[in-house]
Amino acid sequence: MGIVSPGFQGRPRTQEPALPPGQYLTEDFPVLSAGPTPRVSLDTWEFVISAENGSEHRWSWQELMALPQETPMVDIHCVTRWSKLGTTWQGVSLDTLLADVDTGAHFALAHSYGGYTTNLPLDDLRGGRAWVVHTFDGAPLPAEHGGPARMLVPHLYFWKSAKWVRGLRLKTMDEPGFWETAGYHDYGDPWREQRYQGD
Amino acid sequence: MTEMSYLDGNMLDGPMHELFTVDLSTAMGRCENCGMTGSMASLHVYSHAPGLVGRCPSCEAVMVRLVRGPDRAWLDMRGTTYLQVPMPMEQTFPGPL
Ligand SMILES: [Zn+2]
Repeated sequence: MGIVSPGFQGRPRTQEPALPPGQYLTEDFPVLSAGPTPRVSLDTWEFVISAENGSEHRWSWQELMALPQETPMVDIHCVTRWSKLGTTWQGVSLDTLLADVDTGAHFALAHSYGGYTTNLPLDDLRGGRAWVVHTFDGAPLPAEHGGPARMLVPHLYFWKSAKWVRGLRLKTMDEPGFWETAGYHDYGDPWREQRYQGD
Repeated sequence: MTEMSYLDGNMLDGPMHELFTVDLSTAMGRCENCGMTGSMASLHVYSHAPGLVGRCPSCEAVMVRLVRGPDRAWLDMRGTTYLQVPMPMEQTFPGPL
């Protein structure tokens, strides 16, 4: 990397600081994990959106790959204080996955192979701001970085971008996830430095 | 590196001493998920994470989460149904009432 990209939104970098408060720049890609790395076969992999009324939308790996693909280039910010700029991914927009889901829910709980969970407002998964990605830097996403597929929600701290994602549960009430029940902020906006509860 | 490594539960001693005077290395804990009882020092602790995550060596369920903020700490032990802690023998025993 090394070259700072303006990102796909085309915002000029000179108009704003490149890094949120309290973050430092890293060129490598640290591996964070709260448990053993799940090994998920593409034959059995699935992504499921379950709405609050009990209806389910399900995609196999082949079905996910057949959907329209996007290639976001985004900056990512980990709550452990590293940021990585201009990362390139490929995957499917949550707008695409949510298009046919009939829901009045305001919240989503992302859940993963291996048991991880994280909660987000459903609005934050819409509007071209969130993806299910399977490719990083032109190569299949390695298991240690969340492959076969992970969430990518770069406008929030990276713990919200669940690795090994398996689905979303849409909810009328907010349900805090793995780190949100252990002191971390419910929303996690890096630009407002929302690291811990009460920040 | 394709597999995240973990440390043994002894590494929890220092961080836990910030909260309690209990010597965790000699404590036993019972896993809420599988019921196994064993030394807290035998937990698998994942530390390359936003907090410390201690998992049962038998079933890998989360038994302890410890998050340390700059001025606060959170301890979640819902995955541990009890801690058995060695105590000094009581000096006097109450007699029958
Ligand atoms: Zn267990």
